[in-house]
Amino acid sequence: MSTTTPLPSGTRPTRRSQDLRSPEEVRAEKKRGRMGAWLILPGMLYLLLFFALPVVVLLSMSLFVKPEGGEIGEFVPAWKWDNYLIVWNAYWPVLVRSFVFALIATVVALLIAFPMAYLVAVRLRNYALLKGILLVLLIAPFFSSFILRTQAWKQILADEGWVAQGLKAVAILPQDGHLTATPFAVVCGLTYNFLPFMMLPIYASLDRLDTRLLEAASDLYAPPATTFFRVTLPQAMPGVFAGTLLTFIPAAGDYVNAALLGNNRNTTMIGQVIDSRFFRVVDYPGAASLSVILMVAILILVLIYIRRFGTKELF
Amino acid sequence: MYSTRFGKWFIPVVGSLAFVYLLVPIAYVFVFSFNDGGKTNLQWRGFTWSNWTNPCGAPQVCQSLVNSLSVGAVATIIATVLGTCVAIGLVRYTFRFRNTADLLIILPLATPEVVLGASLLAQFLNLGWELGYWTVIIAHVMFCMSFVIVTVRARVAGLDPRLEEAAADLYAGPLQRFWRITFPMLLPGIVSAALLSFAMSFDDFIITNFNSGTFTTFPKFVYVAAARGIPAQANVIGSAMFIVALLIVLVGQGISYRRRKALAARA
Repeated sequence: MSTTTPLPSGTRPTRRSQDLRSPEEVRAEKKRGRMGAWLILPGMLYLLLFFALPVVVLLSMSLFVKPEGGEIGEFVPAWKWDNYLIVWNAYWPVLVRSFVFALIATVVALLIAFPMAYLVAVRLRNYALLKGILLVLLIAPFFSSFILRTQAWKQILADEGWVAQGLKAVAILPQDGHLTATPFAVVCGLTYNFLPFMMLPIYASLDRLDTRLLEAASDLYAPPATTFFRVTLPQAMPGVFAGTLLTFIPAAGDYVNAALLGNNRNTTMIGQVIDSRFFRVVDYPGAASLSVILMVAILILVLIYIRRFGTKELF
Repeated sequence: MYSTRFGKWFIPVVGSLAFVYLLVPIAYVFVFSFNDGGKTNLQWRGFTWSNWTNPCGAPQVCQSLVNSLSVGAVATIIATVLGTCVAIGLVRYTFRFRNTADLLIILPLATPEVVLGASLLAQFLNLGWELGYWTVIIAHVMFCMSFVIVTVRARVAGLDPRLEEAAADLYAGPLQRFWRITFPMLLPGIVSAALLSFAMSFDDFIITNFNSGTFTTFPKFVYVAAARGIPAQANVIGSAMFIVALLIVLVGQGISYRRRKALAARA
């Protein structure tokens, strides 16, 4: 990383004569710029070595081939683009399913998180103590192991549990039906696990909402629905935007929920396949090409989403 | 008229139900830590204190906990130091490759964990490094650092530069200015970034699973045990961590409440 003389943001003197600073000042600023480079260099080098470079290695590994008569786990560099075709043909339904599950979980999480964030941020604004307690409860899930909580869902949704029994009693669930090992259980777990990531950004946006705007809207005879869509929602958009991204991206790649709450037939998610390609099948190129496909697919979806709904406050 | 009444009960009712949804599984983890369930802890079999009096009773539970605490502490320290430096450098100085640097910080946050884990594994396989404690640390520092940078950078950007200028006018040197003015004002942000890092490192499973080899952290232990049945001792550890974290937050809230009150009294 090289250094340049720091300039006040936005202004870039094109000619030397426009620079009104004394030579001493220029020299001092140059020194500060060099110090800045030393500050960011170690961290940036770290990210280059252990984030950017690994992604390049992953890309190249996705094109490796197994040599004739090679041992298990032995692969040699090549340009075998067929790897992509093979895993795509075998696993595109799993990839689509992962995105569908993640999308449902994101929408449901949004529908749950918004009223919750609104309750704490706006309705309880003047009740400091209650608000403080609820805020601590909002971040409470971060303090307990998410795998243990996912396992708890297995207990809650179990056949002999009160949820399944209750649904059977009112005949919503057939007598021989199950809640565990179903797509429902997996989406339920995904929604649950990423709910805090949806809620906290929305809370942060709504906390800044000026309630006088709501009063003004109602003074102007706006019905509550209009007030919500024209005043509240636009103000909350940065939070909604950040929350949906923070929920969708990890949910699409997650495999803990699918592994603990799903079955082997119709709940397999792409993360599980990548994991088993790496560790059980020992097909590194296959696993790498699947990872690349997942990464590219998510990047494309996110870029479309940012183009369509993006706000300046994020990214 | 109908719609205003609708709005009045809708928010509290849905909001409260959402809190129940959020907290019921935590309550389950806590309640089942008292289960006399033996090896499989899926059904309620009776109340017992024995899991709490003997939390290391099940094999590997305490070893994996110690491993997780150690990884979390080391990764947090490295990520916080490196990340804070980057945050200060990015806000205070201008660079040619600024946008590239921004991208390098944001991208790990926008990449699913499976891909991060898989690419690091590909790198370690390529280098021929043995998977274990240090590869897990390397992986954790990587994803924690981005969070630290984003959190602390917001704090640095909010600093009033006139305070440092005032210190300079009073003949404070650059080091003195940093340690006496800048650092104390950044400290709350740095502490919360460090706590966040530790929580994420401690609870990470997917990236750890890819890069740990035979090394076992607490989440990995629980995940592997889930196939056979998670021992109740794991619930004890999970609940104890929850209580400790809750106490830390409450004490922190208490301190800031007191400080604010003291400031108000002085003013």
